[in-house]
Amino acid sequence: MYAITRLRLGKTVVTVIMLALSVLFLLPFVWMLVTSFKTENEVFVYPIQWIPKHWNAVANYKEVWFGRYPFYLYYWNSLKISIATTLVSCTVSSLAAYGFSKVRFKAGKWLFFIVLATYMVPGQAILVPQFILYRNIGLFDSHIGLIILGSFSVLGTFMLRQFFMGVSNEFIESAKIDGAGHFRAFWSVALPLVRPGVATYAILRFIWTWNDYQNPLIFLRTDRLYTIPLAMQKFTSMSGEFYSLIMAAAVSAIVPLLIVFIIGQKNVIEGIALGGVKG
Amino acid sequence: MAQHPAAAPIGRGGRRKSLERSETLAGFLFVSPMLLGVFVLVLLPIVATFVLSFADWNFVAGWDGIDWIGFDNFRKLLDDSLFIRSVRNNLIFLLAVPVYMIISMVLAVLIDRYVYMKGYFKVAYFMPYISNIVAVAVVWQVLFHPSYGPINQTLKALGMSDPPKWIADPHFALASIMMITVWISIGFNLIVYIAGLQSIPRDLYEAADIDGASGWTKFVRITVPLLSPTSFFLLVTGIISTFKVFDIIAVLTQGGPIGSTSMMVWYLYDQAFTNLKIGYASSVAVVLFVFVFLITLGQWAAQKKWVNY
Repeated sequence: MYAITRLRLGKTVVTVIMLALSVLFLLPFVWMLVTSFKTENEVFVYPIQWIPKHWNAVANYKEVWFGRYPFYLYYWNSLKISIATTLVSCTVSSLAAYGFSKVRFKAGKWLFFIVLATYMVPGQAILVPQFILYRNIGLFDSHIGLIILGSFSVLGTFMLRQFFMGVSNEFIESAKIDGAGHFRAFWSVALPLVRPGVATYAILRFIWTWNDYQNPLIFLRTDRLYTIPLAMQKFTSMSGEFYSLIMAAAVSAIVPLLIVFIIGQKNVIEGIALGGVKG
Repeated sequence: MAQHPAAAPIGRGGRRKSLERSETLAGFLFVSPMLLGVFVLVLLPIVATFVLSFADWNFVAGWDGIDWIGFDNFRKLLDDSLFIRSVRNNLIFLLAVPVYMIISMVLAVLIDRYVYMKGYFKVAYFMPYISNIVAVAVVWQVLFHPSYGPINQTLKALGMSDPPKWIADPHFALASIMMITVWISIGFNLIVYIAGLQSIPRDLYEAADIDGASGWTKFVRITVPLLSPTSFFLLVTGIISTFKVFDIIAVLTQGGPIGSTSMMVWYLYDQAFTNLKIGYASSVAVVLFVFVFLITLGQWAAQKKWVNY
C-alpha cells in the first residue's frame, strides 16, 4: 500500500515538473497568439500583458488577409499545391511500392536499390540543375512545377512498400487465380488493406508540402503565386516593425497545420515513429 | 524422380516464359512513373551538378558562356574564407544533435513511464516540429529582439544589465539558432524515442526490480543500451539534417551578422541565386553531397559493429 502511494506521489511530482517544462514549448505560441490580438503600441509592453488591454484582432487579421499581401490568396495557393502534391505523390508512391513488393520481376530489386540510393542525395545539391531544367522546359514560376517537384518521394515509396510487404501474398495470388491482373489485385485487394498506411503518408506529405519554404522560394517568382511560408516571409520583410500584424500572419500560417495534426494525430505520430521519417 | 505436383511448371515452358514476361511488364508499369520522376528530377540533376562543378558559368551568359576550368572551383573553395567558415559553422552546429537527443531521451522515458496525461505531453513537445518553420522563426526573431524582445526584457528585469543581442550579435547568433533548432527538434526525437521504448521488453525491468535495481541503474543498464539502435538512427538523421539546414538561416539571419551563421547550404544558395555563380555553387553542392555520402557510408559500416540489437 505504502509503495503504491509513493509511486503515485512520484508520478504526480514528475507530471507537475513536466507541465512546467512544457510551458517552454507552448509559451512562444501563446505569445504569438496574444500579440496578434494587440494594438501595435502594446506589443512590447513589459511585463508582458497576457491579456491584451486593447483588442485589435479584427483590424489585424483583416489587414493580413485582405491587405497588400492578401493571405486568402496564398491560402488557396498553398491548399491547392499541398492537396495536389499529396494526391499525386500517394498515387505514384503506392504504385511503385506495390511494384517493388508484390510483383516478382528480376529488375525490380535493382531498380528499388537505385531509387533508394537516390535518397542519399541532399535536395539542395541538385537545386541548381533543377532550376536550369525548369527554366528551360517552362515549369519555372508555376504551381504545376512545384507539384511535380514534390510528387516523387523516395521516402513515401519506401514507407508504403513496408506496408505492402505486410499484405499476405496469398491474397494477391488468390485474386490472380480468380483471373484478376496485377492492377485489379492492387486496386481492389492490396490498396484497401494498406489504407491506414497511405493515410499516414498522406498526412505527412500534406504537412511537409504546406511547410515547404525552400522550393517555393527558388521556383516561384510572381507574387500572386506565393505559398503561405513564402508570403509569410515577404510579409515580414515588408511590414518591418508591425509585429502585431506579423504575429497575425504567423497564427494564420500555423492554424491549418494544427487542425490537420489534431485530426490525424495518431497517424502522424505513428508514421513518424514507424518510419522514423523526417521531412 | 517423383515430382511434387505443386512444384511442377504450369503447362509447357513457353507458357511459363510468357507468364514471366507479363510479370516483368506489370512490374515496369507499376514502377515506371516513380522511375521516370527519380531519373529526371534526381539522377540527371546530380550528374549535372558534378559536371557543372568543373565550369565557370552564370545564368546570364547563356550556354555559350560556359568555361571549363577543371578543378579550379574546388581550389578556390579552399581559399574562400567564407566557405571555410560555413563548413566550420556546420561542424559546430553538430553539437546541437547530442543535446537534443539527450533531452529527448530523458523526456521520452519520463513521458513513457512516469507521468499522467501522456497525450498532452506528446502534443505539447511536438508543436514546434509540426509548425511552419517560417512562422516559428519569425516569432523567435521577435522574442530575441535585442532591446524590446520579451526575453531580454525579462533578463533585464532579473538584473542582467547587458544581455546578449542574440541573433544580432556575431558571438551569439549561431548559438541562438542552435537553441531554436534544439527546441524544434525535440518533438521529432521524442516521438521516435517513445516508439523505441515501447519495443523494450517489460520483463527486463521486472527482473531488475526483483534484484532491487534503482531507477537510475535501470536507465543506464537497460534503457540506454536497448535504445542504441534508435539513438544511432537519430544521430545519423540528426547529422545529415544539420548539413541541410537552410530555412531557419534564410529567414532569421541570411548568414549574418558578418558571416557568423553562414552554413554550407546557405552559402550554396547565396552563390547560385544571388551571385549567379552556377559553377562555383555546384562545386559547393558537390562538397555537400560528399559529406552526406560519407556519413551514410559510415552509417552502413558502423551499424553492424556498434549497435546493440
